[in-house]
Amino acid sequence: MAVIPASPGSRPGARRLGRIGLHAALAAGGLLMLFPFVWMLLTSFKGAHQMLNTPLDWLPNPWRAQNYPDAFGALPFAQAYWNSFYIAVLNVVLTLFTSAMAAYAFARIRFRGSGLLFGLFLATQMVPQQVTVVPLYLMLAELGWVDSHLALIVPGFVNPFAVFLLRQFIRAVPIELEEAARLDGAGRWTIFWRIVLPNVRPGLGALGIIVFLASWNGFFFPLIFLNSPELATVPLLVSQFAGQHGATDYGLTLAASAISVIPMMIAFLIGQRRILNSMAMSGLGGR
Amino acid sequence: MRRIRPETRWAYVFLLPWLIGLVVFQLGPMVASLVLSFTDFDLIGSPEFVGLGNYAKTAQDPKVLRAVGNTVYYTALHVPLSIALALALALMLNRITGRAAGVFRTIFYLPSMTPYVAVGVLFLFLLNGQAGMVNQFLGLFGIEGPQWTTDPDWILPGIVLMSLWNLGSTTIILFAALRNVPRELTEAAMIDGAGRWQRFRSITLPMISSAVFFVVIINTISALQMFDQVYAMFFGNQIAQQSHGDAALFYVVYLFQQAFQFLHMGYASALAWVLFLVIMVITLIQVKVGNRLVYYEAEEHAG
Repeated sequence: MAVIPASPGSRPGARRLGRIGLHAALAAGGLLMLFPFVWMLLTSFKGAHQMLNTPLDWLPNPWRAQNYPDAFGALPFAQAYWNSFYIAVLNVVLTLFTSAMAAYAFARIRFRGSGLLFGLFLATQMVPQQVTVVPLYLMLAELGWVDSHLALIVPGFVNPFAVFLLRQFIRAVPIELEEAARLDGAGRWTIFWRIVLPNVRPGLGALGIIVFLASWNGFFFPLIFLNSPELATVPLLVSQFAGQHGATDYGLTLAASAISVIPMMIAFLIGQRRILNSMAMSGLGGR
Repeated sequence: MRRIRPETRWAYVFLLPWLIGLVVFQLGPMVASLVLSFTDFDLIGSPEFVGLGNYAKTAQDPKVLRAVGNTVYYTALHVPLSIALALALALMLNRITGRAAGVFRTIFYLPSMTPYVAVGVLFLFLLNGQAGMVNQFLGLFGIEGPQWTTDPDWILPGIVLMSLWNLGSTTIILFAALRNVPRELTEAAMIDGAGRWQRFRSITLPMISSAVFFVVIINTISALQMFDQVYAMFFGNQIAQQSHGDAALFYVVYLFQQAFQFLHMGYASALAWVLFLVIMVITLIQVKVGNRLVYYEAEEHAG
């Protein structure tokens, strides 16, 4: 443990008390953050009759695990999981690949138009998606991609932030590595593929996580582009479910919400150190 | 014709896929959106040029005024409150060490992992006037909580309350910035007899000012674009939509309705450009103000 020098005049007893207070305050904050999850889980096992009891019943009585199969069966959740998952994976792959290529050009190649393009790219970063969504919809409708996953996969890879982040990472790769490879006769592509990409793996990992999460949690585009129930992503289905059952059966609705939250929770708890570091590093994380 | 340098050719090879995407899915639609915003277009027939008509309409549309009012109200409460709370959490995190800091950091981030839609559904339940946990909690102190989800006067405060649960990213960014404040500085000040508040005011805060500035901008922009949670709470079905009137009508929700429920594509495009301009102006103002307030180290990090 790092030694924190006592400020002059503070006694050890007071410091101890301060540390206890500090941990207590943090624990209180943590409880406030955790409580909604706990309450969601508890409620998701309750029957409809328990919802309006006053004072509130803390625990389900009886425990109604049936809410889960009921929620799962009411709408095609299994299908939605697969949809959300494969769309997110494709978004990650496409974004990483195209962004890394562009980032390499910006970071390491001197070319005409570089400054202009980079300025253009920075400007697009400020454009809210609401500006492009209407023409995008009209265009994709023309292509017959509305109510198809292509609408979520293909336009998704234009991500200025991804290029910006990877450019920072690529700039940090020692130029000597590239020069050595060039002396050995490696071409641009080989250098990019064999030297640069392996050296920016942490950046790719961080970006991959961010893109995956943004895709998985995304709601605006699926809401606009998808109609068929079997094409729905998880958040879209949860919203539809709440629309149908929200006012009548909270237990069932919260079971549906829990279904959408739990897999991400587990993934997060496994990879949390890496995810949090990447969020801090990128300074974004989508929200 | 001038010979193209091989370097330049290579650069464009690498840029090509991304550039195509940029033009087709970003720049093209932007231009199209600007053009559409000067037309009347409802998907049937071809767009009809109306000049600045749509923009004039936004200024008189009572729903726009309501939506702007709601969105500004929310932003004005959400941004300072969430940053103050996140800063408090980050400062506390920064004073503890070892495993505990990691555990708390993880817990504080958990809400940010939750899909916004699920957050909305969950808080519709937590904020429920009768059965909601929030009012039960207030009841412990003898306070009779308001009808957060049905009373038009309390819907926005309820949404602000919900937004304060999602402090994860802001906390993480501020925490990372605090970690980078050289310890020697605060220690030197301590030896000089500076109190806790003084150290925070004249050392810590200036050292993390660029991070604070960054989260102010990011939070403002995302607050102005609020959509997912509110939509899931109040607009997911017909009944919910009617019963709340316009108390939860946010700007982007109205834009969505105009575009994809009423199919007023031209008007929706004008609404989108107004939003874009507002975001741009606010960002520029914040950058201007920020340049005066933010302390940048003489040596920038890589980049």
